[in-house]
Amino acid sequence: MTVLIGQLFTGVSIGAVLLLIALGLALTFGQMGVINMAHGEFIMAGAYTTYVLQQVITAAGWSLLIALPVAFVVAGAMGVLLEILLIRRLYARPLDTLLVTWGVSLILQQLARDIFGSPNVQTRAPELLTGNIGLPGGITVANNRLFILALAGSAVVALTVALRVTPLGRRIRAVVQNRDLAAVSGIATTRVDRMTFFIGSGLAGIAGVALTLLGPIGPTMGTNLIIDAFLVVVVGGIGQLKGTVIVAFALGVLQATGEYLTTLSVAKVMVFIAIVAFLQWRPQGLFTLRTRSLA
Amino acid sequence: MTLIRGRRILAGAMTLVAAAALAACGSKTTDGNTAAGVAADVSGDTVKVGLLNSLSGTMAISEVTVRDSIMLAIEEINAAGGVLDKKIEPVGEDGASDWPTFAEKAEKLIREDRVAAVFGCWTSASRKAVKPVFEKNKALLFYPVQYEGLEQSPYIFYTGATTNQQIVPGLDYLKAQGATSLYLVGSDYVFPRTANKIIKAYAEANGMKVLGEDYAPLGSTEFGTITNKVKSSGADAVFNTLNGDSNVAFFKEYKSAGLTAASMPVVSVSIAEEEVKSIGTQYLEGQLTAWNYYQTTPGAANEKFVAAYKAKYGADKPTSDPMEAAYVSVYLWKAMVEKAGTFDVEKVREASDGITFEAPEGLVTVDGATQHIAKTARVGKVGADGLITEVWNSGQPITPDPYLKSYPWAGGLS
Repeated sequence: MTVLIGQLFTGVSIGAVLLLIALGLALTFGQMGVINMAHGEFIMAGAYTTYVLQQVITAAGWSLLIALPVAFVVAGAMGVLLEILLIRRLYARPLDTLLVTWGVSLILQQLARDIFGSPNVQTRAPELLTGNIGLPGGITVANNRLFILALAGSAVVALTVALRVTPLGRRIRAVVQNRDLAAVSGIATTRVDRMTFFIGSGLAGIAGVALTLLGPIGPTMGTNLIIDAFLVVVVGGIGQLKGTVIVAFALGVLQATGEYLTTLSVAKVMVFIAIVAFLQWRPQGLFTLRTRSLA
Repeated sequence: MTLIRGRRILAGAMTLVAAAALAACGSKTTDGNTAAGVAADVSGDTVKVGLLNSLSGTMAISEVTVRDSIMLAIEEINAAGGVLDKKIEPVGEDGASDWPTFAEKAEKLIREDRVAAVFGCWTSASRKAVKPVFEKNKALLFYPVQYEGLEQSPYIFYTGATTNQQIVPGLDYLKAQGATSLYLVGSDYVFPRTANKIIKAYAEANGMKVLGEDYAPLGSTEFGTITNKVKSSGADAVFNTLNGDSNVAFFKEYKSAGLTAASMPVVSVSIAEEEVKSIGTQYLEGQLTAWNYYQTTPGAANEKFVAAYKAKYGADKPTSDPMEAAYVSVYLWKAMVEKAGTFDVEKVREASDGITFEAPEGLVTVDGATQHIAKTARVGKVGADGLITEVWNSGQPITPDPYLKSYPWAGGLS
């Protein structure tokens, strides 16, 4: 029983990590339809931001807290730069976007290698987050995982609220549902696109900060994450946040259960098979957004 | 306007892809000519040697330090007059933590640079990838890292420990401490899998129980489930054969789960001083490691090595077992070449038996028959300062036995 609950928590926390890395992509890929292969490198940028801040601010707790907004802005700014320089010119050509952003991701990886060196680096976690909370029955809940869960939760809530009630959110939804009509109604679609991309990329930066609590930071960390992120968004359904949230946790629990019953590699295979089977049944993903756009 | 710019970018990407494809084809053609042996080029006043280590990727955390200590040995030897009156000229290549890249670079070092010997490789997967290259070209590799044994290539000298010099003594130590059950955690490739086969055979013969066995892909950073399994198994100790920076994620998770060196000690065979530093002492204090050398190992030879290393690379840089084995390997090669009086690979091999060197870890002797070296086994504990202090040693150098022929319980392994 103890093990089961522990495993459930592990699954949920894997789900929280998946959610964090996919959330930004749900916005840029899900809402805008941009296939951004450099999304993983924005996560890396967030992680390295944490590392750099820790060199300056040695108190691990403070540097982590400060890293959250800073990484959001750093990764967001990189996203906006990418949007202005390249993606903006390729909105009608998704396949070219894929190639170009993949090239950008390679460039960013090399840049990280040149700046920080090839060996991976680590951050010190604040002492508070290295411990755990003991529950009755010998169950322990790791503080760093709890922190990531809370972070993922708040990011989802903040994003949902922003999309539902803020003027910017309304504009984003308008552009997603019908770009031409939104433009005719006086919405500056290019500016909305830029803001959407800023937020989506910024969320990748936040995910990067969270990942420093779990493992090392390296130039290629993004490539390992981008596949998972796309899987979550595709299975969840384009244009909907709730699909992303549900699928992230479902895949996390599936991964943890599979891993517990078999081995890590077999579990990965199980997850992939489940995804393929699911997409055969529902190629459009878990939820779909009904829009009036012709694209 | 946008269309034209888009095309240009696409054209650029296509050129890149085409270039990469061409490069891949180019490397394939060299595999075709399998002439037996390429003599090293020793016509000038220098002799080239190859250095083959991962300077990027998941293994770089460990392999960069090996490269540094090989360079230190080469500099020292050059300052003292070189080998057979020739200065050593190092040619470095990056294996990039990718096994086919290792094979490709090995081929390049042997055939294009015509080096007299190559020093390097860390993971057994990379060694297995380059082994056929060295055998085909009849060239020499000095491999400086502890490994899973069960191998004896005529063209490789193994200067790290084989299993009976590290893993078996480590298990003996755990047994003497009263451990009766183990949990095995390792990276998913040849070394951990073979090592764990040996550990299971040992456990069976010595009345120890193996409660579980789990593997994570190299570079994996998700250890929530494995830690849960380890914890619920209630094993007396964990035998850890994870490599590279998966260790970072594993020990972070281990501590988060409330497991400590006191409640369930972990014996690691791939974590040395350098890794301790980068994983963080806060996660490792009190945990055990099995090696043949620690920075704290007493002796004049080690004091000199540590001082020289710190002088060259910085006072905060620790020295470790694989670094020491790599440093020693260059001196052993020098001694072999001088005994043979030539750089010729076959003559160097013949001359190797019985060569001794007063190494930082103590006296080491080359065993010509197995091309391994006799070395002292040690178990140490990670201290708060990040250094490892010895808690046990084998007293004298252990003769290498890569196939564990002298251990009855290992009969079914090879």
